[in-house]
Amino acid sequence: MMAKYLLLKHYRGAPAAVNDVPMDQWTPEELSAHVRYMADFAARLEGTGEFVDGQALSPEGTFVRYDGEGRPPVTDGPFAETKDLIAGWMVIDVETYERALELAGELSAAPGAGGKPIHEWLEVRPFMAHQHTVIE
Amino acid sequence: MNEPLLRELVPAVIGVLVRRGADFAAAEDAVQDALVEAVRGWQDGPLRDPKGWLITVAWRKFLDAARAETSRRHRELRVESEPVPGPGGPADDTLQLYFLCAHPSLTPASAVALTLRAVGGLTTRQIAQAYLVPEATMAQRISRAKRTVSGVRFNQPGDVATVLRVLYLVFNEGYSGDVDLAAEAIRLTRQLAAVTRHEEVAGLLALMLLHHARRPARTAPDGRLVPLAEQDRGLWNTRLIAEGVDVLQAALARDRLGEFQAQAAIAALHADARTAEETDWVQIVEWYDELVRLTGNPVARLNRAVAVGEADGARAGLAALAGLDPALPRHTAVAAYLHERAGDPVTAARLYAEAARQASSLPERDHLTRQAARLNAQLRG
Repeated sequence: MMAKYLLLKHYRGAPAAVNDVPMDQWTPEELSAHVRYMADFAARLEGTGEFVDGQALSPEGTFVRYDGEGRPPVTDGPFAETKDLIAGWMVIDVETYERALELAGELSAAPGAGGKPIHEWLEVRPFMAHQHTVIE
Repeated sequence: MNEPLLRELVPAVIGVLVRRGADFAAAEDAVQDALVEAVRGWQDGPLRDPKGWLITVAWRKFLDAARAETSRRHRELRVESEPVPGPGGPADDTLQLYFLCAHPSLTPASAVALTLRAVGGLTTRQIAQAYLVPEATMAQRISRAKRTVSGVRFNQPGDVATVLRVLYLVFNEGYSGDVDLAAEAIRLTRQLAAVTRHEEVAGLLALMLLHHARRPARTAPDGRLVPLAEQDRGLWNTRLIAEGVDVLQAALARDRLGEFQAQAAIAALHADARTAEETDWVQIVEWYDELVRLTGNPVARLNRAVAVGEADGARAGLAALAGLDPALPRHTAVAAYLHERAGDPVTAARLYAEAARQASSLPERDHLTRQAARLNAQLRG
């Protein structure tokens, strides 16, 4: 039965991609081709009834924590040494785990420098169900 | 106008349109449109003949859409001249609709979505909310499903087993948002039971009623999962239990046992015990033996191990568990439970923590973590 998966894209923290050229070194045409590929991919998944959500994140983030009653929260960072940096995600709702892997593979083939697939590593994480199966 | 009452009319109205010559996909769209108009327009009070009204409006909407389609394609409108042959009547139509929506060519998720819309009369938005996906995604899932079954003739005999699997999936989804899928599954199974005398339809209906009866006791006010043995049995719905037992007994009397009847029999034995201690575990083990014989399902074997642990002691339960694949979902949780009952809290605590890491739902993970924490606190003294 359908299950949701998060496809996570990292700025940092994943193993290096095969076609590992930073985006700011691409040509404008290569950037456009990449953006188009991502949009087409999402549209196609909407068409197959498998798309849930997709968002990109700014690389600059701030760490925040509670600092006690009546005090403003403490902020810190960004930390250059933080190992894991999330670039964005897509949430899919698919029939099988194999289908989730297949789609992640396709997303990883998005074109980069030289119009060649980036082959970047994406992380596939299953969602925890909110609902416990009714029949024990 | 009462919306659930209105939704009950949907399968019959789709059936009428299909019999008049509409194809299923167009008929289904037209009935949905008529339904929306009914909900919007009937706020002042009920009509005397809501079904007649729905048929008239849906047929008009179908003709409008068909004419628009025809003028787009420059071909003739031939619908009224091609009635579908075969036995008639609303009961047959309703049954055919269940078969079509659970057609084996559909994936389980498509069959579920199509059944909820075409048989249940839910809107795409409601179905999307229940399954936590965007409305556009659900709309595509439904229209793909309709395309998949577009070549299937409406009067083809279907397989009740595939329909039951779909209804079982809907029931197990429970409820999130404003659509109570468990209640909807019961309504659809009840409606199916009214048009077919299949024993397993009755078995599934009984199983659903008996489980639904325990729902108020299954979660604490804070959302915590309450295991069967710790549930406040005063919260169980006795009316649903009585109905479930009646439906089950009538089915069992026909002597054609199936897996849903066996599962319902187990649920009925739990419902019958006034306290957890009074549970007739020996009979429950016998029913699990039947269930294993009928299905060979490894999950049934796993549950049987728990029942054996209660009937013959935790050591016997562990022995029954020993032959099973440790990769089975909840195998670790069952092992933890049986080890605690066998007087080994150290192993149990370790296994509960491991089971929590493997859990696939939040309530289950929290429950297992709490078990591990309880034992660890005990062990620290």
